[in-house]
Amino acid sequence: MSASNLPLYTTPLQRAGHWVLLIFCTLVLVFLIAPVLVVVPLAFNNEPYFHFPVQEYSLRWFRDLFTNEVWLHAIFNSVLTATLATLLATTLGTLAAVGLNHHNLPGKRLLMAVLVSPMIVPVVVLAVGSYLFFSKLGIANNLLGIVLVHAVLGMPFVVITVTATLGGFDMNLMRAARGLGASQWEAFRRIMLPLVWPGVLSGALFAFATSFDEVVVVLFLGGPEQTTLPRQMWTGLREQLSPTILSAAFMLILFAIAMLLTLEMLRRRSVALRGVTE
Amino acid sequence: MDSVGNLTQRLRKAERRGHLRAYALIAPLFIFVLLSFLLPLGDVLVNSFYDPVVPKGLPRTVQALAEWNGPRDQIPPEPVFAALAQDMKEAVQSQSQGAIANRLNVEESGLRTIFMRAARRVSTQEEGPWAPFFEAADPGWAQSGIWGTIRNLESPMHTLFYLSALDAKRNQDGSVGPQPEDQRIHITIYLRTLGVAFTVTLMCIVLGFPLAYLLAHLRDKTANLLLILVLLPFWTSLLVRTTAWMVVLQKEGVLNSFLQFLHVISEPLPLVHNRFGVVVAMTHILLPFMVLPMYSVMRQIPVAYVRAARSLGAGPFTAFIRVYLPQCIPGLGAGALLVFILALGYYITPALLGGSTDQMISHFVADNILHLLNWGLGSALAAILLAAVLLLYAVYDRLVGANNLKLG
Repeated sequence: MSASNLPLYTTPLQRAGHWVLLIFCTLVLVFLIAPVLVVVPLAFNNEPYFHFPVQEYSLRWFRDLFTNEVWLHAIFNSVLTATLATLLATTLGTLAAVGLNHHNLPGKRLLMAVLVSPMIVPVVVLAVGSYLFFSKLGIANNLLGIVLVHAVLGMPFVVITVTATLGGFDMNLMRAARGLGASQWEAFRRIMLPLVWPGVLSGALFAFATSFDEVVVVLFLGGPEQTTLPRQMWTGLREQLSPTILSAAFMLILFAIAMLLTLEMLRRRSVALRGVTE
Repeated sequence: MDSVGNLTQRLRKAERRGHLRAYALIAPLFIFVLLSFLLPLGDVLVNSFYDPVVPKGLPRTVQALAEWNGPRDQIPPEPVFAALAQDMKEAVQSQSQGAIANRLNVEESGLRTIFMRAARRVSTQEEGPWAPFFEAADPGWAQSGIWGTIRNLESPMHTLFYLSALDAKRNQDGSVGPQPEDQRIHITIYLRTLGVAFTVTLMCIVLGFPLAYLLAHLRDKTANLLLILVLLPFWTSLLVRTTAWMVVLQKEGVLNSFLQFLHVISEPLPLVHNRFGVVVAMTHILLPFMVLPMYSVMRQIPVAYVRAARSLGAGPFTAFIRVYLPQCIPGLGAGALLVFILALGYYITPALLGGSTDQMISHFVADNILHLLNWGLGSALAAILLAAVLLLYAVYDRLVGANNLKLG
C-alpha cells in the first residue's frame, strides 16, 4: 500500500493521513527493534561504557563469559534444566493434545482452559506455591523442582501448537491405517507423528525458550548451586550492569534469531506436509 | 427394531470407549499439572488462612482462655497463667518459643520481647502462683493487650491475613479497624498495579493498533518481513530486553548521551528507576501480544465492506468508525485483555527498572515470602492477585476461547 497505488477517490487529507500512518508505524517498529539492536555493538565494546560511539571493538567480554566458572556453570544449568523440562512438557503435552483432538469430547473446553492457564497465572504466584508445596515434599532447593515447574510453564505451548496442527490433520488417514491392520500405536507413530512433527517441534522449541528465559521460579526454588543463565544475569543487573551481561544478552539474541528461523522453517514444512495453506 | 436398538447401543459403547481412550491420553499430563501446578496453587490458598502456630504452640493456654471467656479488657485468672507456663516450658524444650513470639509480633510489634522475656525464665520456676511470675518477667503480661492478640489467633483458620492485605486488622479488643497509618500500604499497591497495567495496555493499543492496521493492509511478503521486527523482540529473552532498556535509559546510557551530544539537554534526564522506565519497558515487552491477535483479525476483514460504505456515501472517517472498527473489536479486546492480565503479574521489569515507589503487587508477594518471612500475608496477597487474574482469564475464555491463546 504505497502512496502511488492508493485508490483514485482518496482525498488529500486521506493521503496525508496515510503518510502519518507510515511514519508513525516506522517509529513503532524502531521502538520495537532498536533496544534489541543497541545491545549488539555495545557487547563488543572494549571499554565498559554503555554509550556510542564505540571507540574500539573487542571480544574481551565474551572471553570473560566463556572462561568464568560462574557463568559457565550457569549456562550448563540452564541448558540442562531447559532440556529436561522440554522433554517432559513435549511428551506429556503431545499425548494430551492427541486426546483433546478427539471429536466432541465432554469437558474439553474446561480441560483446555486448565491446561493453558499456566501461561497467564502470574509466575510469582506459581513460584510461591511451588516453594511452599515442594518444601514439604523435600524437592525445593534442587534442580528437580525447577524442572517440574518449568515443564508446567512450557506445556501449554506444546498443547496449543500440537492441537492446532492436529486441527488440519485428516483423521481418515488414521482410520485407513487401522483398517489396513495397523495397531493404534503403529498408526500414531507411522502416520500421525510424521505429519504433525513440525507442530510438535515448534511446541518443544517454545517450551525450551520459556524455561531458558525463566528466572522467578529459579529465584524461589533454586539453592545456591542452581544458578541459571537468567538468574546470573538478574544478580548482575541488581548489583551493577556489567559488559559481560551484555555479551550474554548478545548470545541470547542469537538464540532468538535461530529460534525464529527454525519456527518459520517448521511452519513452511508443516504447510507442505499437509498440503494446505493456513 | 431390535437390531437397530442393538446397533445404537453398540455405537454408543464404541463412542464411550473412544472417550475413555482420549481421557487416558490426557491423564498423564493432567496428573502432572495437578502435582506441579494445581496443588502448589492450592497451597497458596491454604497458607493464606491456615495458621496453626499459636493453637499448636500454646494449646493449653488457648483452651484455658476459651473456658474463662472473660471480657477482653480484663486480665485472665491464674489457671490461664498456669496453662501458659506449662505451654511455654514445652515450647522452650522443643525450641519453638521463637516461632510463637515471632507470630505474635507480626500481629502487634513489641509482643516478641514480652513473650521472650517470660520464656527465658519460665524453666527456673517449678510451682505457681504464675500470674506474679509473668508480671515480674514483663509488665506487659499484666495488661490485656497480649491476651487479646493470643485470643485473636486461637483458631488455626482465620482471615487475619486477608484483613492485613486489605490494610485492616483485628484489634486486641476484638474489633476490626484500620491498620496504623504507616502500615497502610496494600491498597496503594493494588491501585498502583492496576494503574501501571492500565497505562501499559493503553500504550499498547495506541502503538499497536496502527501497526496492526498497516501490516494487515500490506502485501503478504512485505507484511511477513515487517512481522519479523515484531517477532524478534518477542522471542528475545525478557531479561535481555530489560537489560537493553537499562542500557538505553540509564543516566550514562545511550539515550541520554545521544540527547546531550545533540545539545537537546544539558543534564541527563532521569529515565530509569521511575515509573517512566517501567511503563516504557513493559509496553515494549507486551506490545507483540497486542499486535499479533489484532493483525490476525484485521487480515480477515474483507476490504469490500469499507469500499461499500464509501460508495454508499460514507466519508472515510465514518466508514472507518462505523464499518471497520466494529470488526476489529474481537482482536482488540483479546489483545488488550491479554496485555492487561500479563501486566498485572509483572515482577522482573519493575524490580530492575523501577524505583521503590514503582513496585507492583508481585514484588510484595515475593518480599513477604522471601525476606519478611510473613508467609501468610504473602500468600494472601498472592491469592488476591491470582483471583483477579483468573477472573479476567474466565472473561477471556468466554470471549476468545483459551485454545486461541496464541503467542506467536
